[in-house]
Amino acid sequence: MSKQLGFYVNSANCAGCKTCQVACKDRANLEVGQLYRKVVKHEEGDWVKKGNAWVTNVTAYWLSVSCNHCENPACVHVCPTGAMHKRAEDGVVMVDPDRCVGCQSCVWACPYDAPQYNPESGKVGKCDFCADRLADGKRPVCVDACPFQLISFGEIDKLEQEKGGTRWIRGLANPNRTMPALRINPPKGAINSPTRGDGK
Amino acid sequence: MRPDLSRRSFLKWSAVLGAGAATGVLAGSSNDLLVPTASADKAAAPITVTPHVCAMNCGGGSCVLNLEVQDGVVTRIDTDQQDLAWSPAQRGCQRGRSMRQQLYHPDRLKQPMKRVGKRGEGKFEPITWDEAYTTIAANLDRIIKKYGNQAIFYHYASGVLSPVFKSWPTGIVNRLLNQIGGYLNYYGTYSSAAYSFAAPYILGGGSNNSVDDMVNSRLIVLFADNPAETRLGGGGQYQWYLKAKQAGAKVIVIDPRLSDTAKAIADEWIPIRPTTDNALINALAYVMITENLHDQAFLDKYCVGFDESHLPAGAPANSSFKSYVLGAADGVPKTPAWAESITGVPAETIVRLAREIAGTKPTCLIQGLGWQRHAYGEQPVRALPTLAAMTGNIGRKGGGNGTRPGGKSSVSLTGFPLGTNPVKASISCFQWPDAITHGTELRAKDGLRGVDKLDSNIKMIWNYAGNTLINQHGDINHAKKILADESLVEFILVHDIFMTPSAKFADILLPDRSSFERTEMGRDATSQGDRIFYTPGAIEPLYDTRDVYEVCLRLAEKLGVADKFSEGRTMEQWQQWMVEETRKKTPTFPTFEELKKNPIIKSKETPPTVGMATFIADPVKNKLATPSGLIEIYSPQLAKMGQDWGLAAELPPIPKYVPAWEGPESPLKEKYPLQLIGHHVKRRVHSTHDNNPWMEEVEQQAITLNEIDAAERGIKDGDMVKIWNDRGTIHVVCRVSKGIMPGVADLPQGAWHTPDKDGVDIRGCINTITKYHPTPGAKGNPQHTNLVQVAKL
Repeated sequence: MSKQLGFYVNSANCAGCKTCQVACKDRANLEVGQLYRKVVKHEEGDWVKKGNAWVTNVTAYWLSVSCNHCENPACVHVCPTGAMHKRAEDGVVMVDPDRCVGCQSCVWACPYDAPQYNPESGKVGKCDFCADRLADGKRPVCVDACPFQLISFGEIDKLEQEKGGTRWIRGLANPNRTMPALRINPPKGAINSPTRGDGK
Repeated sequence: MRPDLSRRSFLKWSAVLGAGAATGVLAGSSNDLLVPTASADKAAAPITVTPHVCAMNCGGGSCVLNLEVQDGVVTRIDTDQQDLAWSPAQRGCQRGRSMRQQLYHPDRLKQPMKRVGKRGEGKFEPITWDEAYTTIAANLDRIIKKYGNQAIFYHYASGVLSPVFKSWPTGIVNRLLNQIGGYLNYYGTYSSAAYSFAAPYILGGGSNNSVDDMVNSRLIVLFADNPAETRLGGGGQYQWYLKAKQAGAKVIVIDPRLSDTAKAIADEWIPIRPTTDNALINALAYVMITENLHDQAFLDKYCVGFDESHLPAGAPANSSFKSYVLGAADGVPKTPAWAESITGVPAETIVRLAREIAGTKPTCLIQGLGWQRHAYGEQPVRALPTLAAMTGNIGRKGGGNGTRPGGKSSVSLTGFPLGTNPVKASISCFQWPDAITHGTELRAKDGLRGVDKLDSNIKMIWNYAGNTLINQHGDINHAKKILADESLVEFILVHDIFMTPSAKFADILLPDRSSFERTEMGRDATSQGDRIFYTPGAIEPLYDTRDVYEVCLRLAEKLGVADKFSEGRTMEQWQQWMVEETRKKTPTFPTFEELKKNPIIKSKETPPTVGMATFIADPVKNKLATPSGLIEIYSPQLAKMGQDWGLAAELPPIPKYVPAWEGPESPLKEKYPLQLIGHHVKRRVHSTHDNNPWMEEVEQQAITLNEIDAAERGIKDGDMVKIWNDRGTIHVVCRVSKGIMPGVADLPQGAWHTPDKDGVDIRGCINTITKYHPTPGAKGNPQHTNLVQVAKL
């Protein structure tokens, strides 16, 4: 593949305001219950009582996730009609509403909860990387929405060269399965796992 | 794909709106309702983009919302992309980006109504605007004639914060009231009552460093401050906290909750029991004093009352702050071990924190407003500036005076001219129930200001864009009883966009227009440099609504003061007048025509400012506005006030830990073991957006319990629970979390009180169980001071 678009998310500084989630919803006119981008929380640690005091090592962080436009997308593999497809020119995973039969195989297959079933249309919708905005020379709405400018996008190899980042933090699925086009600035202590967060 | 989705969505809105109109409450003139529709047959109309600003009271911001309008309907919202080093892009937050859900909400009030059931029952009938104006004018006239103008109360309300149409603290309504003889004033706010009362006693109005100066700090310690959930739009203060963190400052957050601010920027989170912060600060001072880490030279030069040799004349022996901390007067040294047992913060942590604060220069100590909304909120407000003085951080770049972060002053826009209120009396904003039931008995010690006594109890309430009549006030069940009694308050006017819990107590209920339906104008200079905006309404006003100017103008006609009120100007001409008046003072201010061409004008670069710098440079020449002209750690004014009011123990002249009546040391803890707080949640601005479905999706209204407390009660995440104390009962969902201190529960403030047939609130409004118990000095609201029990339903 010549080009793969992806997102870089500075999760270390994300306060979980969910402006990206709401801006995305506003752009796509989504009903409650459908989110093309969502912000999820991860908590860890414990509390120990010591006399009348509490000692704690609890920490928590937020991560904004949309479709990760995976290099090896589970949704595309399981789609029986070919509606879910990977766009050749930029690797964006898109769904063709004319071919979607609403079987929701992709909903079950995606480890990131990206495809969203719309009960009104009987079809699946998802993040299309704001294809219309890209075509107009604009950035995706989530990138333009974050009040703290913590979401970036671009060709994933270039993003990684420029900003580094991991493709995994605790709370996310094992990246080896689908090779997400996502890089994350990890919150402190969030990547010490067997998969080391680099997907290798 | 987009036009299809948009059309479908609009058609759905009109279907929902149609259904709403047919349910009866708002029946009558549904033909008059303007419903946003876009015909599916028609070719797509062109999209225009109208710049607008957010007019919500999040505490700053006025962030930019670029409204995409098609066929007269706001179809999408975009935001600011102009990023300047001194003025980051003022991007709207999640609340601003969801404003379409509020604008086109099916529950918008659509026509004027009068009450037909018992007051508070929520039964209304549509009436004409003329009938509404006639009724209001007749009541104003009757009540003023019978009881005098002191009987008219303009209620605390902060729902509209646009500079022209604003409901707080005063605006168009107050101009009209002033022209018909005046009204009973209030002082203070539900946000900051104890803060605005107490801070001047120590600092005499000395300002803090501007918030953008935080990037110069090495250590930032936040006490009860959570801007990432409150002031987070790109135009808000939090932007600078994050920039300071990214610039390398270490950040420590002291909060009962692992707040989103702590999650995003804290290097360390120190959980603390609510209402005990002053004990922590006293112990930090103890460590600094006993280890000789404090800046004695600074204290000697700039402060009064730190130690015995710097007490003001007349202060008794052993009354200095140092004597109190060392236990000279009460025999209780305020050691880290003493504070540990009160605060729940380990003594080792307190020692380490004291050494770190004292040893790092510059350190920026910031207080939020959370800790002053408790029983003795006046105390910590003065304790942190004391610590800032002890560490010599006041007047220093990257430091600060321990208050709220400052803004920058610049051109002040001339507002709507209010005239003068002939009534000089004012009460604390929180104390209106007392002014209703026994206003004439209130005296100075009860918080009455401006007069020795009132001539009348409150007999009429004008509530424009506010929800403190019920929802945001303490002890709702107490307030309801008072308001429901028509022999007490004889007339209640509410003007709002939704049927809020407060609106249900209206006698006449007027439908307001929302921000996108009117021309907002103003300036905002709190944190991002000066910014001027003139943003016209994006769409035609919806339904049979009227803005506050038109309402007041029509009432002025009925009351015979129309010419005096309007001075012959339309609203647009008033706005032009405000610009011209501003230009008389500041000729560089843009002309009205320029503003019309450039709806949003940002400032040129301005450097961060250091508060109290001139005082620090020369304290003799540049005195503070305290009696001594110095920083008064011991305030003789407070000493006298405490004596005069018989509140010496509760309102001491130095910042002390005063155990709260419902705090961790209260005997009531046996019965109600959990301390309940109600933080300002990111999905609402106070009570605004509670009915916004996209915001409910952002964060469902729920109580949060620590996993240990939940396990003890057999509660799992997502269970429905009952919360109760002697004042009320709530049923709500429970979130089980690690991110809150054991023994503390959190029910975010602002959910709309919704009683079932037994009076149980099934929405989760914390004020169902908060106490109406004004603080000793400010007579302010102590709404984080609650003991409760929680059980699985």
